[in-house]
Amino acid sequence: MNVVTRHRRLDAIWASERGFRGWFSTVNHTDLGRMFLVTSFFFFIIGGILAMLIRAQLATPDSAFAGPDIYNQIFTMHGTIMMFLFAIPAFEGLAIYLLPKILGTRDLAFPRLTAYGYWCYVFGGSMLLVAMLLGIAPDSGWFMYTPLSNAIYSPGINTDFWLIGITFVEISAIAAAAEICVSILKFRAPGMTLAKMPIFAWYALVTALMILTGFPPLILGSILLEVERAFGFPFFQVELGGDSLLWQHLFWLFGHPEVYIIFLPAAGIVSTVLPVMCRTTLIGYGWIVAAIVALAFLSFGLWVHHMFTTGIPHMGLAFFSAASTLVAVPTAVQLFAWIGTMWKGRPELHLPMLHIMGFFATFVIGGLTGVMVAMVPFNWQVHDTAFITAHLHYVLFGGFVFPVFAGIYYWLPHVSGRKRFFRLGEFAFWLIFVGFHVTFFAMHWVGLLGQRRRIDTYTPEDGWTLINLISSVGSFVLSIGIAMVLLDVILHVLSSRKIRRNPWQAGTLDWAMMTPPPSYNFASLPHVDSRHPLADNPALPVRLAQGHGYLGTPRADWRETLMVDAATGRPEAHVIYPANTRLPILMSAVTGIFFLGLLLKTYWMVPIGMVGVAGLALRWVWMLGRRDDLGAQHVGQGVILPHASATDRSPGWWGSLFLMFANATLFGCLLFGFAFLWTVAPGWPPLVRFEPSFIELGVGVAAALGTALALRVAMAAVRNARATLPALGIALTGAVVFGACCAVMLWRAPPPVDHAYAATLFVLGSYGLFHAVLIVLMTGHLIARVWQGYTSPARRSEFAVVSLWGDYVAVIGSLVLLVGHLSGLSL
Amino acid sequence: MAPRGVILATTLLALNGCDGATSTLQTAGPAARVIADLWWAMLVGAVLIFMLVMALVVLAFVRRSPDVAADERGQVRVWIIALGLAFPMVVLAVLLGFGLVIGERLLPRDDVTVVQVSAQGQRWVWTFSYADAPGRVTEDILHIPAGQPVDVSITTADVIHSFWVPRLAGKLDAIPGRSNVLRIEADAPGDYQGLSAEFSGENYADFGFTVRAHDAAGWADFIAGETE
Ligand code: HEM
Ligand SMILES: [Cu+2]
Ligand SMILES: [Cu+2]
Repeated sequence: MNVVTRHRRLDAIWASERGFRGWFSTVNHTDLGRMFLVTSFFFFIIGGILAMLIRAQLATPDSAFAGPDIYNQIFTMHGTIMMFLFAIPAFEGLAIYLLPKILGTRDLAFPRLTAYGYWCYVFGGSMLLVAMLLGIAPDSGWFMYTPLSNAIYSPGINTDFWLIGITFVEISAIAAAAEICVSILKFRAPGMTLAKMPIFAWYALVTALMILTGFPPLILGSILLEVERAFGFPFFQVELGGDSLLWQHLFWLFGHPEVYIIFLPAAGIVSTVLPVMCRTTLIGYGWIVAAIVALAFLSFGLWVHHMFTTGIPHMGLAFFSAASTLVAVPTAVQLFAWIGTMWKGRPELHLPMLHIMGFFATFVIGGLTGVMVAMVPFNWQVHDTAFITAHLHYVLFGGFVFPVFAGIYYWLPHVSGRKRFFRLGEFAFWLIFVGFHVTFFAMHWVGLLGQRRRIDTYTPEDGWTLINLISSVGSFVLSIGIAMVLLDVILHVLSSRKIRRNPWQAGTLDWAMMTPPPSYNFASLPHVDSRHPLADNPALPVRLAQGHGYLGTPRADWRETLMVDAATGRPEAHVIYPANTRLPILMSAVTGIFFLGLLLKTYWMVPIGMVGVAGLALRWVWMLGRRDDLGAQHVGQGVILPHASATDRSPGWWGSLFLMFANATLFGCLLFGFAFLWTVAPGWPPLVRFEPSFIELGVGVAAALGTALALRVAMAAVRNARATLPALGIALTGAVVFGACCAVMLWRAPPPVDHAYAATLFVLGSYGLFHAVLIVLMTGHLIARVWQGYTSPARRSEFAVVSLWGDYVAVIGSLVLLVGHLSGLSL
Repeated sequence: MAPRGVILATTLLALNGCDGATSTLQTAGPAARVIADLWWAMLVGAVLIFMLVMALVVLAFVRRSPDVAADERGQVRVWIIALGLAFPMVVLAVLLGFGLVIGERLLPRDDVTVVQVSAQGQRWVWTFSYADAPGRVTEDILHIPAGQPVDVSITTADVIHSFWVPRLAGKLDAIPGRSNVLRIEADAPGDYQGLSAEFSGENYADFGFTVRAHDAAGWADFIAGETE
């Protein structure tokens, strides 16, 4: 087969539908990555326009531009859009576009999930946009402190838009994060050990793990607050045993790691692009990996530094202050590794490098002011002033926007296959750089002079007029610069000058393909044995296009790829991806019905949404099945591999593992919340407790454990080609009995509106019940599979997935019932 | 520290043509003064570190001679172990020690001569009461004696607020169901502007109060109920 025929055959298999209809059915990571990026930049523009409105309002004293009601919506939406609808999705988009290419494979682990996440993002983001257009956008600030955000002080629908819209968008973050973890660990080019991964993959892996740990506290907090607002469960109301500080803990347990979730991918761009710009390789690869792992761990121990003024005990202050300064160390390791790399090579000031220099100057200042605000006494002065606003923009704009612009200019030729025509970008950079520093440097000073953040106006007597005017002028220079970058990008895409392959002379696999990239990435998969495979072998792209790698011969209409051992990169299994489908957009629309029902308080829509999602999810997994065994496959290079469904560790198993990790974090936060309220909240103990029953407890725990055991038996049975239905029947019964015990607990517990104790118990019980239903559905699915002849020892992987969930439910189910019943004992 | 601080602060103020009623750098009490000193010290340190980093970056472009350490191990030793690990750790340890000592000094301690007052925030009014004058309540103006430490116990009747007098001390939040104690002290009699520093909705921008520090005679009059 020659190169052109191979390209035609592969493209016919992998390409999305032509034209705009393809947007709705594509599951291709290149398309979805681009869609994610374009959408996130759309939101960046909206957030930027809101920022301009903020600066217009603050430019002069006694401004009558917007009243507080509108102004409060503007700054809340600015912060919310920038954090949730721009920064995180921009990372997801970049990772989705780049990872399979830089890892030398053809797609991410779960193509349909990528699409589902994208549409959840679009629909959730649209909810917030609609709220803004209608003038009923959230208005209590991006961290939504209770009691200000509760039903008494924010009675309108505004806050609900935030809680529900953001949770909807969060689904896409969790989905993308789980997918990124599995893709990096299991979907690499053969031979690529962990230590040979391009550094960007390490950054993306750590970031994704942080999303899985960092977002659940926020999701839990949003659920609790929405339930409080809608049904009056008093989680955060101090008169009824709640505590507004619980919200702050949950929010910042998310909010601080969030900053690193935003910064790390950007640092990953720097670590990837900077060595190329210096014609050398990164120094201290292992040290950098260690530094980002350390950063990830540390960042979960710092959240209290956002609460230094809430009156927490002195020891706590000292501990969190020390931890907060410590986090500067791994950041310094990276910074000096980059500078050392520049010394090692010959830096050239191409446009991406210019933005990296902007990043250095800006981010270092942000880091230094960060250490300052970690000093408790200084924090007491500047907390909630414009100094903090300035600091956070030095970190977020300096640490994210500059590197992202560097990345855009670096990978733009990859996306488009074209050269830049005009030199607009250089001019735009200087406008952005100067504009940014004028805007925000000024805000440090005005903050020290006592200007609080979030005020809608001030008086001439305050003496802040001149500084604010300077700051506002700077922000308009900045926005002109950003507009010019966008113009530059658009002109670029329209320009007709094609690039040669690998224009930057990079060493990573993302440049070992045609540009713009073909739908299948690589005509055959490379075997990797160094960190810079393309630098070692410049002929690699041609050899791959000629089909000399793995899977060089297209078969049937299969979208084929390989799964490898996580540590060594040894090929392990053969994978066939699902093809284009509209199922993801349909399912996220139905998910939207669920959320819309909650938002509009039309609660009849909620069960419709839930049943719809469950039905579509079952269809989703059903589509992957086969009725005949596939047998082992030749994948090229003389390697023969089993199909992934003939293993116990299929992609679905790995995906479940990471979802479970996020789920367990959520559950852990719930238990933390319970313990926090019990020990710290003022209004405890509650007057009425739950009446424990050791029979219910014993039966429930036994049923949960029995379910897990029966599922394991079923897994062994299918592997050995024995009958599985008896064991599955027992599992089903066990799950039903366990669910019934949770339901009884909910039924017998004191009314949840009376006290935070009963309210938390209600959430615990519901969590157990939800998982019981999940196991019933999953086991039911397996029974249907067996019935229809979809299972055999070579088609058994779904059993392992369900069994994994069974184990999870055994653990959390026992805990739910134990905590529930024991909490009723009066000691 | 102080002279440079004064010069810088006054230039800034001249630039603005105002009296800096809410400036954290125009200090009028011991707590604010200690923090302002900390700020100036940190600013100097930060400027030095920033210049060092930028110098290293610029040198990477202009440098002609080969790298300080040619092999990977040498590079790691210089850039990562010395500059990346050791350097920040030393700087941070010093700073942290400094910060903790200062923080310690600012905490309210049991002290017989401390005056006790209470502040309750409510959208959008502050209500103050006085241990020395039971039953005496003032709105939006807090009376204190000058030159004497005062413990303000801070509570809220609705959402979270924050009690802040920038020229006297840092801020402390008013959290539902809790009472937080902040120590303030004014060096001299006079009026000091107070601000509520946690976003509280519609009238947040105007939400402030005044602290009026009296001399000994004035305070005695106030306690006796002779001042409005
Ligand atoms: C495009 C240039 C930008 C400008 C001119 C700008 C300007 C501002 C201003 C003036 C405020 C303060 C409002 C106040 O509290 O008084 C603000 C708040 C904020 N900005 Fe930006 N910003 C920009 C970009 C960004 C980016 C890129 C991010 C994040 C990735 C971001 C995140 C935030 C957040 C989280 C807040 C706090 C919102 C709140 O208090 O609820 N901003 N911005
Ligand atoms: Cu933080
Ligand atoms: Cu605050």
